[in-house]
Amino acid sequence: MNQKIRVLLAKPGLDGHDRGIKVIAAAFRDAGMEVIYSGLRQTPAMIVDAAIQEDVDAIGVSILSGAHMTLFPAVLDEMKARGADDIILFGGGIIPDDDKTELEKMGVARIFTPGAPTEEAIAFLREAVASKKSDEKMM
Amino acid sequence: MAILDRFFEGDIRALGRIISHIEDRADGYRDLLGVLYEKSGKSIRIGITGPPGAGKSTIVNGLAHRYLNDGKRVGVVAVDPTSPFTGGALLGDRVRMNEFPAGGEFYFRSMATRGATGGLAAATGNVTVALDAFGFDITLIETVGVGQVELDIIDACDTVVVTVVPESGDAVQTMKAGLMEIADVFAVNKSDRPGADRLAMDLRQTLQTKPSEKDAWKIPIISTVAVDAKNIDLLGEKVDEHIEFIKRSGQFDLHRREQIKKKILSILKNQFQREFLERLGAEIDFEEIVDRIMKGQTNPFKVGDELYASFSRS
Ligand SMILES: Nc1nc2c(ncn2[C@@H]2O[C@H](COP(=O)(O)OP(=O)(O)OP(=O)(O)O)[C@@H](O)[C@H]2O)c(=O)[nH]1
Ligand SMILES: [Mg+2]
Repeated sequence: MNQKIRVLLAKPGLDGHDRGIKVIAAAFRDAGMEVIYSGLRQTPAMIVDAAIQEDVDAIGVSILSGAHMTLFPAVLDEMKARGADDIILFGGGIIPDDDKTELEKMGVARIFTPGAPTEEAIAFLREAVASKKSDEKMM
Repeated sequence: MAILDRFFEGDIRALGRIISHIEDRADGYRDLLGVLYEKSGKSIRIGITGPPGAGKSTIVNGLAHRYLNDGKRVGVVAVDPTSPFTGGALLGDRVRMNEFPAGGEFYFRSMATRGATGGLAAATGNVTVALDAFGFDITLIETVGVGQVELDIIDACDTVVVTVVPESGDAVQTMKAGLMEIADVFAVNKSDRPGADRLAMDLRQTLQTKPSEKDAWKIPIISTVAVDAKNIDLLGEKVDEHIEFIKRSGQFDLHRREQIKKKILSILKNQFQREFLERLGAEIDFEEIVDRIMKGQTNPFKVGDELYASFSRS
């Protein structure tokens, strides 16, 4: 039996920088995870769709455009609407402390700001996934 | 409700969960597959292979849209390599997919090889069984595309599209890569680039000189520009024609029968290995055996015979 952590990394909104998210993707891969990268300009609906199809444990979203207070809630709403709110949502971006606190209250599991070492994100993800195993019956 | 019941009600989330269960070989996955297998057999499986960056995913995107426009339901499995050093994988084929309906008529799954080396993951075939049972009319399977011979695709598909590009070399190199033997349809992609016409001509000539029976399938060579969806419809038509052709000739059934036989043998092999290790694994001191082999006191063949004999007796 071989249970891998699967994580979707996505970038909503209009800013076209994907360097940061690619660095994270490589770090997660090197930590032994399966990283699905779905590219730029993803709408919240596309992100949640992909997460469901790929059956990921977690969704990581990078937002540098400043639109984090609309995009994160939109992803959370979409997750709820699709019955996928058991998936861990975390994110990164240039996000002020106040906003960070508010987002984490809304249901974003963790926000990483630029400069946070990738090891921190890896450790967070491992722990969050380990503590969430489902007991649904297959058949 | 159990996940399998939700699966049969068309719940995509349940499909995703079941595929993970199969991939992870989690408890009871073989019983689960048994149920799914008996509901499968209707989906047409189309393989897309070719060197890295040739445009496989872009072609998958184009073909998927074409089949969706036809009213078909389309499932995709796209395989990328697992790092042998870390066990991790970066699965990037999804980047090329754009604007698909979210109503359950389309499903895309990225899959890591998890140690397999034939161009697919060990579980890819089993995953296509789940897609088939879920009701997808068409299953598209994209191989890793590391440029090595990727023969797994033959056992997982009904028809194979080989994608080549001017950069991937001439017909001889295509042949050396083992791609000539597995192609049912060729896509010469990136034919907006210099050298594409020559490559198409080169392939055509090489295929013509290949001896073939009178009524054999003539492998079409389609020049495509996948990013502009140019000739993707034509490529799709040729794929459909091939399916029709092999259905008429009986090869379709023959091929599937062959695949089923192979599947049974591989299940037996796995079962035997598992049972062997369960029964004797604890008793066998592999390190000690390897020591003796390294010292030249015995050899792996002899050891194999001895272990097999003690297994048959036990
Ligand atoms: N010029 C040109 N570029 C193309 C064409 N088709 C695809 N590309 C580009 O080629 C690159 C690779 O395309 P993919 O579809 O990802 O190729 P792939 O074979 O799936 O790649 P891997 O899965 O990484 O092996 C992308 O940047 C595409 O936009 C084409 O017909 N012409
Ligand atoms: Mg690809």
